[in-house]
Parts: sequence; structure tokens; C-alpha cells
Amino acid sequence: MKYRTPISRARGLGSDNDGLGHWWLQRLTAIGLIPLVMWFVISVISVAGQSHAQVVAWLSSTLNASLLSIFLVTSLYHANLGLQAVYEDYVQARWLQFSARILTGFVAVFLGVIGVFTLLRLTFGD
Amino acid sequence: MPINERPLSPHLQIYKLELPMVLSGLHRITGMALSVGTILLVGWIASAAQSVETYNSLSNFLGGYFGQFLLFGWSFSLIYHSVSGVRHLLFDTGRLLEVDQIKNSSIIVIALSIVLTLLAWVMAGGYYPGGGL
Repeated sequence: MKYRTPISRARGLGSDNDGLGHWWLQRLTAIGLIPLVMWFVISVISVAGQSHAQVVAWLSSTLNASLLSIFLVTSLYHANLGLQAVYEDYVQARWLQFSARILTGFVAVFLGVIGVFTLLRLTFGD
Repeated sequence: MPINERPLSPHLQIYKLELPMVLSGLHRITGMALSVGTILLVGWIASAAQSVETYNSLSNFLGGYFGQFLLFGWSFSLIYHSVSGVRHLLFDTGRLLEVDQIKNSSIIVIALSIVLTLLAWVMAGGYYPGGGL
């Protein structure tokens, strides 16, 4: 059932169709991040000031590498959605807003792949 | 109506500054800071995988005044954004929306974030070698 006429959408006044999905995923990732942040903070406290070998051993554990990967990817997804909302609110020029969104998405994917790939390398060894 | 001719609603400078507004702004600012801070987290993981020298030079940088300042801001941002985020999730369920509840929960969020950040730093003993639990 469509409630918007095509002309209103053509003029840019209709729904952009993915607002609810954005809102819900922002909350879903937020809920997931609650336990992940608790684990992360406690973990960082426990490895703070330790030697390189101890930190590598900590990062190489399957459980730590897995949880850190989930924390990193969930954070990046949440950050991507949050930054998108920030751009929509404060960046008026459409080309700049769009470019910022695209660039942020690329950087998020880049950071996520580097982080997870590095953790996999540490866990499985060279 | 073209997008740049739409009317604007009254903005920040129209209203008297209230504590809940400060929290709302801080939630966004810490969120943006954390987005950038993710680079530091990935850099830390990558440096540990790279070599002892790379890891130690990053550790030395983070142990210096500027590094400790960055880490303190990073940790406060993470803890504040998390505590404040839980409050926002409660708002989403329709709770805590009365004026006095909003004011009281603002104070609780600020106080809890400061206490938890300081507690984390005391427990971690700073970033210096030999610190930590």
C-alpha cells in the first residue's frame, strides 16, 4: 500500500524508504554493544601495561579474537549509521553529504577488514 | 519546494542551555570521537601483529602526555556514550520521559560516566609498563 503519490516523491518530499531500517539497526547494534563494551573495557584494563608478547598471546586466543572482531565490526556498523545521521543533520550540500557517506562506508569496511584479518592472522599464526 | 528553501526549525542558539541538551550534544560528540578512535583500536591490533618495535613505539606514544590525553578522552567517550546510550534505549521504550526524570537521569549519567572512567584508569594503573591488575 503506497501512501505517497509519485509527484511528491519526485519532488523529494516522500519517504526515502529505509529510515525505519536505519533506526532499528542503530538500536540493534547499540543493544549488542552493551555487553561487548563491558567485555572490552575489562579486557583493556587487564592487558594495560603488559608486554608485547603478553598482548599478542591475549589477542591470539580464539575467544578474545572472536569477541574483539564482533566488537570492532559492530562498532563500525554503528558508527557508520551514526555518522550518516550527523551528515544528514549538518552537511547541507547534497554532493558533500553523499561523498562523506560513501567515504565513511569505505573507511569502515577498510578498518573492519584490516582488524579482523589481522586477528585471524594472529590466531592462526603466520 | 527545493530542499534548500525548506523552513528551518528554531535551533540551538534560540534556547536557554539546559543540562539534558548538553548530554544530547555530548552523546553526538563522543560518538564522532569514537568513530575516529576506531582507527586507534585497529592501529593497536595491527602494531601488535607487526612487530615488537612497532608495538613498543605505539605504546611509548600512548604512554606520553599526548597519548595519555588521547586515551583518557577515548575511554571517557566510550564509557559516556555507552551509559548515555542505555538512557537513550530506555527513552525509546517510552520510559524516563517526564521532565524531572530527564533531569535526574542526566545527573546520574554524568556522575556514573566520570566514576566509571576514573575507576577504569585506577584499575588499569595508566598505560605505563608495570601497571595493570
